[in-house]
Amino acid sequence: MEQHWKSAKGLFSAVLGPPLFWLVLFFMVPMGIVWLYSFGENRGLTEIALTGTFSNYLRAFDPLYLKIFVKSVGIAGLTTLICLVIGFPVALAITFAPAKAKTWLLLAVMLPFWTNLLIRTYALIAVLRTEGYVNQSLEWLWNGLDAVVGVLGVGSLGPFQPLELLHNNFAVVLGLVYVHLPFMVLPLYSALDRLDTSLIEASLDLGAGHLRTLLTIVAPLALPGIASGVVITFIPALGSYLTPDLLGGPDSQMIANIIERQFKRANDWPFGAALSFLLMYMTFIAIALQAMLSRRRREPA
Amino acid sequence: MAKRPAPGPLEYLRRWPLQLWLAGVGIFLYAPLVALMVFSFNDSRRNIVWQGFTLKYYEKALNNASLIEAFVNSLTIAAVSTFLSLILGALAALALWRFRFPGKTGFDGALALPIVAPEICLGVAMLVFFAKVLPWPQGLPWPMNLGAIIIAHVSFSFPFVAVVVRARMASFNRELEEAARDLGASEWRTLKDVILPHMTPSLVAGGFLAFTLSLDDFVITFFTSGPDTVTFPVKVYSMVRFSVTPEVNAASTILIVLTVVLTAIALKVQGDPASTAGGHAALDRPKDRP
Repeated sequence: MEQHWKSAKGLFSAVLGPPLFWLVLFFMVPMGIVWLYSFGENRGLTEIALTGTFSNYLRAFDPLYLKIFVKSVGIAGLTTLICLVIGFPVALAITFAPAKAKTWLLLAVMLPFWTNLLIRTYALIAVLRTEGYVNQSLEWLWNGLDAVVGVLGVGSLGPFQPLELLHNNFAVVLGLVYVHLPFMVLPLYSALDRLDTSLIEASLDLGAGHLRTLLTIVAPLALPGIASGVVITFIPALGSYLTPDLLGGPDSQMIANIIERQFKRANDWPFGAALSFLLMYMTFIAIALQAMLSRRRREPA
Repeated sequence: MAKRPAPGPLEYLRRWPLQLWLAGVGIFLYAPLVALMVFSFNDSRRNIVWQGFTLKYYEKALNNASLIEAFVNSLTIAAVSTFLSLILGALAALALWRFRFPGKTGFDGALALPIVAPEICLGVAMLVFFAKVLPWPQGLPWPMNLGAIIIAHVSFSFPFVAVVVRARMASFNRELEEAARDLGASEWRTLKDVILPHMTPSLVAGGFLAFTLSLDDFVITFFTSGPDTVTFPVKVYSMVRFSVTPEVNAASTILIVLTVVLTAIALKVQGDPASTAGGHAALDRPKDRP
């Protein structure tokens, strides 16, 4: 039974005090200031007047920025979808793997997740760039093919044209999938692991195929897990800064890059603050949707 | 070798389409990292065609004073912020586990905020905070100059520790505590000899999580670090912006190996590998709560 705080005031304040203090001073206060700034206006170089204006938020709906918001949601959504499609069979295989293999597979999924994000992004740059591993391999194949064609006397294929794999939207989505795949696989696995396998076996025994069982039995039962996997992947993907910054081109900027620009280069803190809180609100909406979905699933049961 | 029986209905791992899928995903996840590590030993500036084995880029990386400094900064920040996060996280978990108090739901919810808030928002908030409210003095001796970054890292790490510790405390048998009290142990003694031992595995998992989060963080550090407080990710970022060099490969390889070693140690201490999925449990929880 939980103890009422009044029965041990000394211990209670010693236990709650430090984390509460830290949370308020080093999280709530900074966030609060940004929130206040989002209603402010620039006065001079460093002064910000809190005028209670909504103009910063209105400016975010300027077509220029609205396009970036829509694009960010699109890229994050596409990333989430690809992660789900790639990750679901992986989670399924892990769930029904023998205990020993399960341990190793989970570890294999988690290890890149522990590896530094910057290093992983850098590794992708090395793979994708014009003189990267993909283009080098393709060039080697191309030259081989060219030689064969030459021997056959049909002519020449011409010089190899490297693929433009880096600094475009493709690279951003690929990079986001690469980084966020573990975020999807782990919640999916924990949802599937809780499933009652006898239901699946019953479905298979009664003659439903694997695909049908998956779609009509497994997927609906695992829906709360799928929803949490989707949200856990979508939120960091939506707010990602590093991947679009390093892998993207001039037209693949996402919300976070615009926010960074307001604070570090454009020096328009109020507008950056408004953008940053719009991103926060979008995050909250995603979480609320997921909570509603999982509550609705629970009620009829 | 005896022929194995056909795979059972749920032995998905033994079906070739799934094996193929897993292999594909494995290549996707690991090939870039393996390539990066292999080519750090390649004796060619152009970094693509294999020219022979060399350690010269490791020598270069290890002689690059600013890279080493950044690396030491990163490890220091991670160690200090892990220590603080463990204390604050364990206390927060204890408060939520032990007491009923007004505003408990609010505190619980607020504690989840740093976990779910986008990194960029936290980074921006820290930038503003240290610019306007608590300007961190310039030119302090090392490691005091890292204070702002450490504070920022603790802010997003300790709620993760709290989640992991709290999940562990849910399995604590409160009768043990009552027994200790009945036998005359003081509040403090009970905490030290009964509750803390039960908490230890989650402290290991939480500490590992906090350390990795801190070592991994780029965005929030990017907004709080100054010119003389560069961390490893920030340094690599500035190097990568210019070009892909074997030196960065070498430095990255060292960090990857460090990560693998740390993971192995955490697993050894932890015993059960699946429980190190604490990071994931922590991410899962705020939204998965009934």
